[in-house]
Amino acid sequence: MKRSFVLVIAAVALALTAVAAQAGCPTKGVKELTGAGATFPYPLYSKMFAEYVKACNVKVNYQSIGSGGGIRQLQELTVDFGASDGIMDEKQKAEARGGAALHLPTVAGAVAVVYNLPGVKRAELKLPPEVLADIYLKKIKTWSDARIKAANPGVNLPATDIAVVHRSDGSGTTYIFTNYLAKVSPEWKDKVGNATSVNWPGDVGGKGNEGVANSVQQIPGAVGYVELAYAKQNNMAWAQLRNKSGNYLEPSLDGAALAADQPNLPDNMEVMITDSPNAKAYPISGFTWLLVYENMKDDAKADAVAQLAWWMIHEGQQYALPLEYAPLKGPALKKAEALVKKIKANGKPVLN
Amino acid sequence: MSDVNAAASRRRFLRRKVTERLAVGGMFLCAGVTIFFLVTILGYVLYHGAAAVNWEFLTSLPLPPGENGGGILNALIGSAMVVLCAAAMAVPIGLGAAVFVNEFPTAGFGRFVRFLAEVLTGVPSIVVGLFAYALVVRPLGGFSGFSGSVAYAFIMIPIILISAHEAFRLVPDSLREASLALGIPKWRTILRVVLPVSSRALLTGVVLAISRALGEAAPMLFTAFGNPYLSFNMGKPIATVPLLIYTYATAPYEDWHQKAWAASFVLLVFVLFTSVLTRAFLRGKSHE
Amino acid sequence: MQSEPQAIKRALGRTLIRSSAGKTRTRDARVINLGDRVFYIATRTLASCVILLALLLVGDLFRGAWESIGQFGLKFLIGTTWDPVARQFGTLPTIIGTLVKATIGLLLAVPISIGAALFITFYVPKWLRPIISYPIELLAGIPSIVFGLWGLFVMVPVIRVVQIWLKAHFGWFFLFDGPAVYGVGVLSGSVILAIMVVPIITAISRDILLTVPRLQIEGMLALGATKWEAIWKVALPYARVGLVGAVILGLGRAIGETMAVTMVGGNSFDLIHSLFDPVHSMASQIASEFTEATYSLYVSSLIYVGLVLFGITICISLLAQLLIWRLSKGKVAIFE
Repeated sequence: MKRSFVLVIAAVALALTAVAAQAGCPTKGVKELTGAGATFPYPLYSKMFAEYVKACNVKVNYQSIGSGGGIRQLQELTVDFGASDGIMDEKQKAEARGGAALHLPTVAGAVAVVYNLPGVKRAELKLPPEVLADIYLKKIKTWSDARIKAANPGVNLPATDIAVVHRSDGSGTTYIFTNYLAKVSPEWKDKVGNATSVNWPGDVGGKGNEGVANSVQQIPGAVGYVELAYAKQNNMAWAQLRNKSGNYLEPSLDGAALAADQPNLPDNMEVMITDSPNAKAYPISGFTWLLVYENMKDDAKADAVAQLAWWMIHEGQQYALPLEYAPLKGPALKKAEALVKKIKANGKPVLN
Repeated sequence: MSDVNAAASRRRFLRRKVTERLAVGGMFLCAGVTIFFLVTILGYVLYHGAAAVNWEFLTSLPLPPGENGGGILNALIGSAMVVLCAAAMAVPIGLGAAVFVNEFPTAGFGRFVRFLAEVLTGVPSIVVGLFAYALVVRPLGGFSGFSGSVAYAFIMIPIILISAHEAFRLVPDSLREASLALGIPKWRTILRVVLPVSSRALLTGVVLAISRALGEAAPMLFTAFGNPYLSFNMGKPIATVPLLIYTYATAPYEDWHQKAWAASFVLLVFVLFTSVLTRAFLRGKSHE
Repeated sequence: MQSEPQAIKRALGRTLIRSSAGKTRTRDARVINLGDRVFYIATRTLASCVILLALLLVGDLFRGAWESIGQFGLKFLIGTTWDPVARQFGTLPTIIGTLVKATIGLLLAVPISIGAALFITFYVPKWLRPIISYPIELLAGIPSIVFGLWGLFVMVPVIRVVQIWLKAHFGWFFLFDGPAVYGVGVLSGSVILAIMVVPIITAISRDILLTVPRLQIEGMLALGATKWEAIWKVALPYARVGLVGAVILGLGRAIGETMAVTMVGGNSFDLIHSLFDPVHSMASQIASEFTEATYSLYVSSLIYVGLVLFGITICISLLAQLLIWRLSKGKVAIFE
């Protein structure tokens, strides 16, 4: 009688632990975590962590000091996890003092190409990929250029000069945008390249998304790129872009989520989803990643970080859409789960 | 007196009068321009921020975007603690060094110190932040409010030093000589004569330094780091108002923009408060 | 402000009582010397702290910039390409951008702030003075980001209108022959710097001008001078050196200011040809790129920019020292 009673209790306890483990709360007593990195997901993470402290009573302090800052703090072990809109390169990985780092995608976002043309409303303008690249290369200088006209029959294009607006500060948004341009224009890839900060052929640099949005709104004939949330918030006109399958699409969260829905996603999820082959994908989309060490020395910390990551890609996803982020779906979610399960404490996997 | 002389002297007088009028007009214009920008900018901040400032704003913690309400309590407390700690370091060093530079000129390296202070005022705040990171954060292995204080102190010291030095320089030597002639030792002369006489200008320097520090966000990125929760621990990350303003102002949400303006408004009131309070305190101790 | 006789009386108080007893006189002398020595050592230590901090900063800058110095040497200062992808870094455009914006900003700010300070000190009735002075100090306390936002939303559209007008009427002049329609650029950057620097210079100048002995000015007035002549010939020469100190503080802010200038400066890495061209200043360059600098040569180059900025500030301060030296050797108001 006693033995079966103990067994029942043990079974219930085990089940409860399993449930708790799946529910994403740290099981080894960690009450605080610190993270730093990308600005793009900051509003979402701040919402997620506000809910997380209610669910698990664990305070997560995340500050948006930039993807580069996040990578650096992770390398120097001053934070428990980092966040980045770009992928760490070989040298950065080598400089990480805690060993190999995993890139866990959490959400995806879309980058809108916005413009200021009086009389041309939102989504009226269509920009084929080579035309967009050549505008940013300063090879197409006015809106009345033949190639723009050819893609937009029936649209009243003024003869104004094109004022090209870009980001003056390094940013993940630039990384995604230049990644797209490098894919669709060999000349861009050669002359300018793909990075968080590049040597732009012209014209005006705005600080932050709001700087670019504001400059585009103020300068007649301007074109720029901003995260979708800013374009929506400022009621800006955005262009339709042609994706790899030949369809013209407006920027949208669905388009971004579908861009992530492609076959042959690598296991380590270190992939840029710009110019995605999916038929309904929006061409300029990108993941944002949580950067986590694969093998951590501190048992409790490893457990806490793994639980947090698990929670973020499951329960946390419900907060994405209202804040204009595209949640993880399908194959992307599966790969992310597999990556979280790879987190180890002193060689032993944390999650079952 | 001949007519020519009278006419010439009348012309001279007229010229001087016209110059006077023009000069006064010019100065009035300058003051007017300054006040114009004052009103424009302060008015803008007030207009955009005052509506969102209420008791809840001052006493509650920040909420994530999309949720109404929330406030900046942690940032207010954090900023106050970090700046007070910074002032505790910066004021003695700045004032003490200024005393040394002005009152002991025979020591030689005083002028070098003054020169260094001038150079240091031009260091951008982000470089100061990186310096504090290398000095405090990396050796200690984590972000802390204390490292933020170090960064702020670094910004404040040159401002206090230079304005204090100028203030001391303008205390007439006759005063010092009179005091010394009466047998008062030099150190007491400095403490009881020079300091009180220059106290108004000293205070302006300290207030300027504090308000400069209160408004700088860049150094906080790599030192105090920020903290969405309430904390009184200077050894851990802590929230500060300028960083909060920066984060809110650059987000795509209108309610966060409003909070950024409201926080700026609160900051300004705080600076005004400090300014008025310290002046009143001073006037209480001595009389004009 | 304490009146001067009262200050002396207070300091005098205890010393008089002590030295009235003849026996204690020798003891007094030693006590006095000890007090002086302690005070001297204390203040000297504090002054040395400043030197220590500056040395640590320079050391840290050199350490961080070492890789970039090794790679580019002095060519960094005349290179005109800033390409993080091709790993080519040169800062001549931003050096010019910084100097031009700071110079124009100061040219605009100094006359306005000194004029305003003069007006507040000599022409405004005493009761009105604090009402005007406190808000000016308040302006000095506005966070840079707020200045930047106000600049972007309110000032830039106005400057754009001005630029378009200037280009239409004086476009033949090279300074006005640029992309007026951007609004952001050298002119906007300079104006926002001027606005930010005016409160600092005004606040300190006002205090300095207030210390000019009334006796001197009243003496001039009694001799028949107009008030302006008394100011020009007595107050300004007396306060000259202090005013330069105030300007130097303002200059420091102008050169080191990052946030506001980044928001309205246009931020390009090309050499400027006109007042309307967009360009980075060194501080805004560092602040913009640092958090996202992804490899060590990039970070090192940015720190190298910080070092160059430090060097430029040293040169400008040396020039200011020269100016002060010349000023104090010139005609000075007669002291009592």
